[in-house]
Amino acid sequence: MSQAVNVNAAQGEKLIFEQGQPGRANSYFPNGRTAAEFLPADLLRAELPLPDNSELDVVRHFTRLSQRTFAIDVGFYPLGSCTMKYNPRINEAMAALPGFRDLHPYAPDDLAQGALRVMYELERALSNIFGMSAFSLNPAAGAHAELTALLIAKAYFSKRGEGKTRTTVIVPDTAHGTNPASAAMVGYKVISLRSDQRGRVGVEALKAELGDDTAVCMMTNPNTLGLFEDHIAEIAAAVHAAGGLMYYDGANANALMGNSRPGDMGFDLMHLNLHKTFSIPHGGGGAGHGPVGVAEHLVPFLPAPTVTRDADGTFALEFGAVDSIGMMRSFWSNFAHAVRALTYIYANGGEGLTRVSQLAVLNANYVRAQVKEFLQTPYDEPCRHEFVASAQDLKRETGVKALDLAKALLDRGYHAPTVYFPLLVPECLMIEPTETESKETLDGFVAALREIVETAKTDPDAIFAAPVNTVVGRIDETRAARQPDLRFALRPFEPSTGSGQA
Amino acid sequence: MLRVVGAASLDELVRVPDAVAIAGPLDVPPALPEMELGAKLRGYAARNTAVDYISFLGAGAYRHYCPPVVMSLAMRGEFLTAYTPYQAEVSQGYLQAIYEWQTYICRLTGLDIANASVYDGATALAESAIMTVNATGRHAILVSAAVHPNYRTVLRTYARGLDLDIEELPIDADGRTDFSNLDARLADKRFAAVVVQSPNFFGCVDAPGERVQAAVKSTGTLIIGVVAEAMSLGALAAPADWGADIAAGEGQSFGNPVAYGGPYVGFIATTKEHMRRIPGRLVGRSVDNRGNTAFVLTLQAREQHIRREKATSNICTNQAHCALVATIYLAALGATGLRRAAVLNLERTAALAATVTAVPGFSRAFAAPVFNEVVVRVPAGATAAQVLAELQTQGILGGVDLGRWYPQLADCILLNATEVTTVAEIDALGAALARFAAQEKSALHVASR
Repeated sequence: MSQAVNVNAAQGEKLIFEQGQPGRANSYFPNGRTAAEFLPADLLRAELPLPDNSELDVVRHFTRLSQRTFAIDVGFYPLGSCTMKYNPRINEAMAALPGFRDLHPYAPDDLAQGALRVMYELERALSNIFGMSAFSLNPAAGAHAELTALLIAKAYFSKRGEGKTRTTVIVPDTAHGTNPASAAMVGYKVISLRSDQRGRVGVEALKAELGDDTAVCMMTNPNTLGLFEDHIAEIAAAVHAAGGLMYYDGANANALMGNSRPGDMGFDLMHLNLHKTFSIPHGGGGAGHGPVGVAEHLVPFLPAPTVTRDADGTFALEFGAVDSIGMMRSFWSNFAHAVRALTYIYANGGEGLTRVSQLAVLNANYVRAQVKEFLQTPYDEPCRHEFVASAQDLKRETGVKALDLAKALLDRGYHAPTVYFPLLVPECLMIEPTETESKETLDGFVAALREIVETAKTDPDAIFAAPVNTVVGRIDETRAARQPDLRFALRPFEPSTGSGQA
Repeated sequence: MLRVVGAASLDELVRVPDAVAIAGPLDVPPALPEMELGAKLRGYAARNTAVDYISFLGAGAYRHYCPPVVMSLAMRGEFLTAYTPYQAEVSQGYLQAIYEWQTYICRLTGLDIANASVYDGATALAESAIMTVNATGRHAILVSAAVHPNYRTVLRTYARGLDLDIEELPIDADGRTDFSNLDARLADKRFAAVVVQSPNFFGCVDAPGERVQAAVKSTGTLIIGVVAEAMSLGALAAPADWGADIAAGEGQSFGNPVAYGGPYVGFIATTKEHMRRIPGRLVGRSVDNRGNTAFVLTLQAREQHIRREKATSNICTNQAHCALVATIYLAALGATGLRRAAVLNLERTAALAATVTAVPGFSRAFAAPVFNEVVVRVPAGATAAQVLAELQTQGILGGVDLGRWYPQLADCILLNATEVTTVAEIDALGAALARFAAQEKSALHVASR
């Protein structure tokens, strides 16, 4: 099948379900017996409606799909709050070592000492870098870690007899969107706190919300505006005085290493997104890894299992903690990611990690200093690892919105920044360059954004039309939501039957 | 760059108030050059000697053959280093792959809608339980004791957050869920869902029959069908065929390595009726402004970044790359390959059961038909732990000790065989068990004299 048949501008790459013919099966397995020789017929499925494709056609299909996908390996990806740094390939090589890849989770501890050591050393390193007493590697991602941490908080208050009375969680408007959703999954009521004119949590405004119903205050520092919460020590003291716990959302931890530690700021609980700060590939939206760190008084509540080390240096999985909230997922951790993160930590060392955060802040400020020449940058002061610009004035002058700027960047070979988040800045673009980008790349991005803004003033229609250089143009999202087409039907235009055959 | 920024030094740029500044340098070992780093980590990996043993470990994590083409494609940098496809115009390839994953899961489970993935099988169950609570307004879940113990543990952990009651259905003498008292349990209509797993934790096919399905549905209770071994879907009836309103499963077996427990890939599929209650990302097919077919994240009004505390779940990052691996694996195998692999699992497990039960004193604990796992009772007077320890000295990981979760099964081992289990390995196990049985017998002789 030639490419001209399979790919055309109107149809793109055909679905795997529209390709293949019976009899194109690959010979991966011997063809011997049938299921009916082993099981009664009424336990077996009648149909297995999956296409058979030759391996070559499978290779071409997924290679073409990859070519229709933007990634860090393709170009600059300044997606704010996502820390799209380079993913070193040594990480992949280490995670793929047979001793890690093929190790079964129920392997006896004495035959899995290398894996347990990876988990133990990663846990120790993270505790050190962020100033916590201990970390659990159990949670799978950031949001999962938030849920874990709030369950720990709930267990802690229950143990103290305050489980029924401490029912509220305070979330500033500079926090991440997952925070309120996580709080709701633990039955907490969410109090949203407006930031002050400096883009920070105001100590007095916070105090007004604190009381004996306060369970947790969830913050990120630097916050989603890229600003350091310089009153964090007072904030933590106020929350603690009210009997509450401080929670640190580690999505922005790439700004902090070797400079300041959440544990020293007074946070009792925190999570990390190892797929952000510790260079694990994002993989198109996961798998991530979201370890949860705690201060001393919360260690007994960590999820199971934890990794212990005996006096003789033997490691073991420990499931027995009586106050543990229990397990959060099927097995112990996203272990392959623990290997990647530990590899990254040992590749950089303490000084290297410190340098990572310094350069992340430098790169963000370097871009910010130039972007402010042609876009508004609210909160006029140096940023940390990311900053927020606003297209509000540009929109007023030309009608061109943040979304239009984002689409025009795609045309010029750059991924767009995060747009319309945080919600408190209108028409915002949240830009996080990371430390792994060169000055030349940053200069190219700034020049492209500058050119787009200038074009918006002279020829806004050219920007409204963007993107034009991508494989598809702007997509009808309303239609996608109103007429959901969420899987390929065997026979087109037939309503679902509930059997999966439609 | 500092000049453009207007800062005198890096230190000035990153300065924080003294009260929260770090006291000294990070206590992390100095940087290692890549060559030495590789040697260090290879040394760690070499200490995981379990990978050199003959293994019959399963219990929720399964070793299967993965054609090299799968990882060769999945590890392409465009897939590996993309993020959630927020900018659809430059993410059509990944979006299409997720749409294909959703289609595969629908066809394998027989249901209408599948999401872009959740963390793993256990969290798929927990999130599904929350869906049924939201759908019914009830706050209790009835779960079979034959559901994977870790899945039940995770369900209980999540349930504490929402103050849900979790109750269990017992196991019958054949190794399946005991539904005999079901009508009485359901009578007061307080359960949002009944949770069954098939094949269940003991490997037994445990799909509820029509009478049970009708009894559950007549009380307005939903059925969550758990599939912890996705390979079984190549042979066994789909969850929709045994009444599941929601299928919650683990897709690790589709090309993802066991990797000491993760990352794996959970899936949730359901009927159209519950489409807007499903957690996590969904990819939909639409059109662009040029009339092209185009893919995009859709129904985001369910999600945390829009609805905040009213979202269906807090899930954000999922397991996209593991789902991609599974999608490529399914594309490469096709129906023919998946059927053949599933049949090989049945065949090797039948051989395993026959070999083990041919050894005097070893017997099948349960009579129900199995997919690729079997529960074996060890000789009277011995414990599962003793047998496993003896096997380990002979280079064999003989399965998991069920006494860890089921005190009444402390003399039982759960063994797994898949298409990668060889006849020679099964024979080696048989020989080792025969030696154990012979030693036990002579030891008993000594003791009785």
